Amino acid sequence: MSDPVIRFDGRAIPFREGQTVGAALMADGTSSWRTTRRGGEPRGLFCGIGVCFDCLVTVDGQRDQRACIVAACDGQDVRSGNPDEPLPLPEEDA
Amino acid sequence: MTNEHDLIVVGAGPAGLSAAVTAADSGMRVAMIDAASQPGGQFWRHPDENHLAAFAHDESTGHHHWGRFRDLRKRFRRAVEAGAITYLPGRQVWRAERDGEERVVAHTTVVTGRETRAAAERSVAARRMIIATGAYDRQLPVPGWTLPGAMAAGGVQALLKANQVAAGRRAVVAGTGPFLMSVAAGLADAGVEVVAVCDINSLARWAATPWRAVQEPGKLTEGAAYARTFLTKRIPFRMRTAVTEIRGASRVEQVVLQKVDANGSPVAGSERVVDADLVALGWGFTPQLELAVGLGLETRTDVDGSLVVVVDDAHRTSDPAVYAAGETTGIGGAVQSCAEGELAALTIAEELGSAGDARRTARLRRRVARGRRFAIGMHLASPVPPGWTDWLRPSTIVCRCEEVTAGEITHAVRDLGADDPRDVRVTARPGMGWCQGRVCGYPLSKLVEAETGCARSAADLEALTKRPIGVPVRLSDIADLA
Amino acid sequence: MARTYDLVIIGAGIMGAAAAYFAASRGLGVLVIDRGSIASGTSSHCEGNLLVSDKDLGPELELALYAQDVWRSDLAEHADVWEYEAKGGIMVAPDDATMAQLRALADHQRAMGITVEDLPGGAALREREPYLSPAMVGGAFYPQDSQVQPLLATHHLLRLARDRGARVMTHTPVVGFARSGDRVTGVRTPDGVISADVVLNCAGPWSGEVSRFAGDASVPVMPRKGFVLVSQPIPVTVHHKVYSASYVGDVASGDADLQVSPVVEGTPSGTILLGSSRERVGFDDGFSAEAVARIARAGIELFPALADLKLLRTYSGFRPFCPDHLPVVGPDARTPGLWHASGQEGAGIGLSVGVAKVLAQALCGEETDLDLAPFRPERFDEEALHV
Repeated sequence: MSDPVIRFDGRAIPFREGQTVGAALMADGTSSWRTTRRGGEPRGLFCGIGVCFDCLVTVDGQRDQRACIVAACDGQDVRSGNPDEPLPLPEEDA
Repeated sequence: MTNEHDLIVVGAGPAGLSAAVTAADSGMRVAMIDAASQPGGQFWRHPDENHLAAFAHDESTGHHHWGRFRDLRKRFRRAVEAGAITYLPGRQVWRAERDGEERVVAHTTVVTGRETRAAAERSVAARRMIIATGAYDRQLPVPGWTLPGAMAAGGVQALLKANQVAAGRRAVVAGTGPFLMSVAAGLADAGVEVVAVCDINSLARWAATPWRAVQEPGKLTEGAAYARTFLTKRIPFRMRTAVTEIRGASRVEQVVLQKVDANGSPVAGSERVVDADLVALGWGFTPQLELAVGLGLETRTDVDGSLVVVVDDAHRTSDPAVYAAGETTGIGGAVQSCAEGELAALTIAEELGSAGDARRTARLRRRVARGRRFAIGMHLASPVPPGWTDWLRPSTIVCRCEEVTAGEITHAVRDLGADDPRDVRVTARPGMGWCQGRVCGYPLSKLVEAETGCARSAADLEALTKRPIGVPVRLSDIADLA
Repeated sequence: MARTYDLVIIGAGIMGAAAAYFAASRGLGVLVIDRGSIASGTSSHCEGNLLVSDKDLGPELELALYAQDVWRSDLAEHADVWEYEAKGGIMVAPDDATMAQLRALADHQRAMGITVEDLPGGAALREREPYLSPAMVGGAFYPQDSQVQPLLATHHLLRLARDRGARVMTHTPVVGFARSGDRVTGVRTPDGVISADVVLNCAGPWSGEVSRFAGDASVPVMPRKGFVLVSQPIPVTVHHKVYSASYVGDVASGDADLQVSPVVEGTPSGTILLGSSRERVGFDDGFSAEAVARIARAGIELFPALADLKLLRTYSGFRPFCPDHLPVVGPDARTPGLWHASGQEGAGIGLSVGVAKVLAQALCGEETDLDLAPFRPERFDEEALHV
């Protein structure tokens, strides 16, 4: 059985069970995964304990998850944040 | 509404854990609500207990008073298994309310992912509540602090203790207070090259009140251990020094260290530039007070400038059904928090009909008083001096969430007549983003104080801490309330 | 300070700021005084709507159209500093019966001088608002509805007033009026008397309280509480102010019980503001889970995408209203030297500059662009006066 990985923007990143998504990214050398609305500047972990909301990342389709407190799971789809990416449109009723 | 309890404890750190097991031992029905997935709070943050085998080092690595935690954890697990404690991990209280004479209600929300509990099961009620929500790192902005690789000292430590990951290879640890040494030692033990530890204050400040230092002999031992680590790993410790700029293209690459004068203002010409990929910044701690403010509890400004809950010597707040223990009543550290939590729970137990234990209560009160004296000394030795605003530039981001700069804040005061922190916040928007001012609240109020010449009051701080929605809640979950 | 001001304005909210700007622009010596900081009352607890679409035929609508023009033309050069946005409003109908009512309303409004464009079906609606619920059957578009950022507007109007010689005194309460016989000759503060030819009451929902310094010659301005919900920031999703057809009915009613009717709009900072609620609970500014939850539910019905967004904060404000839902504007016939500009209810931001421009005309003894008779402060006493 292979080591667990998360997929970050498609790229496989190994992690230790029990680590957070943020920790897995940091251990891999990725220190930012989001850009800001106003200045387009890179952000990653800052407070590390879920208070500052800098580390937001999309996990398995759910936007704005705090990487520092979400547990990494094998096969997770993690995507870097694009502040301009629009919300999905409502589906028309059949 | 889930079953009525005798006591709700909010927070499973040192104070909350001690309170919960004490209450359970006294026969109370306890509900414990905690944001993390396992007990320990920030101080005893450790690797996921379900996966300990995956980690290279023992769970106690980097920890202090670990024996005490293991004891509390064992008692906690037993009480949960016995049904004495209803344990709600991974949930946060976004609002606490009074509902009649002997009823406090906690409205909870899930911390990550989607809501898992039915609407009726998200609120918990009890006759008493202990607020033990702890604290988080206090921050000061510095040019370049938004670069990836610049982190709160507590965040660096959480990464180490819970994930056994080092946030970089070459680190500068800066700010003020004994916590810096703990973080630096942890990093060094993890193999990180700690290039410098910079405290804006001089250690000589401790000499001013030596009698406070000896209140906690355990702390002296701790300090000696750090000194040993620093000597063996050759970590340079620089007093009266601050990080005044962080440089890099898309992450931290270089750090400017600078001497400061007695006011904390940078001394021109004393800059030293060092290479680093990690900066850990720590300026003390800010208690989490939104639940207390939401309940209308009396607050005051503590010696370190933080807003804290006013409590009597049994840790009862201005509302007889609500108690507060731990950092919310004044930053004092883990051992202090344990004593306070235990004392609050014992007092409530007696109130609700248990036989009291006068000797134990008296011992705890003495312990708490001693710890308080030490904490005051610690705060007086490591204040945030006023001169830090001198290292800000107009382009320095103060509010990280909304990217509001120091220049925009001074413009609001000087040109737009905004003369208190709340007015600046609603006009220039610092504190209006995701974190609702948790990170920028302290520096904002200090900056406005410097600009207006008017000292900020407890009322100002309360206005900045007033958050009826204590943590972000999904709108559909809010809609479920009607 | 022994100086006598031409005008002392009580209240540094949007109304006081606008009045200061227009009066100072006319060369009047102005002092604005507030017990708190600038905009610390309702002006920092609102949304900044500039609407004509919800106004009844009559003096209120006239004033609203006039005020729109002032924002758009007189103050055009400042549009950017307070984020003036002529974004337009869309009223939506969730079913055919309401759609028919909306059509009738729109015809009526056109006759009154409001520009309305029918949005006859779902496709027309979603062309303008792609994220609107597919359940909405149609609506009406009001291009004249617009938006400003109320804090920026208040602060900048005061800055402009100060540039024209006005003074602003914050954190100074008014504790009474200075009188000379019947006449109000100034205000009293803890530090002494400030003399004025005219005292203008712009104290928002506290105007009734302030007016009682004049004894029986008070104005019946009362608070009507409303909540606003603020979401996390997101990319542009809501392009206009969007509200349900029930909004108009609620605005006009005087019921004390809680009424909720959805209003949803985006902001330049990316947050979505959700309103609106109305209830009369005095000045109780406590949290109401019921009001907040009902607003959330109603907003989600309009925009299903809101369901998954996080609520970051809520706040409540007190709209100042009079029993007949018209403001009090102008000199008080019962009390020489005392004028009022208050009671604009939920339209305070929008109407402020219109009221201010007209007041400045009146203060200078000129003929006013609008007839102020319908807004005369003494009108509630007229039954009594006739006796």
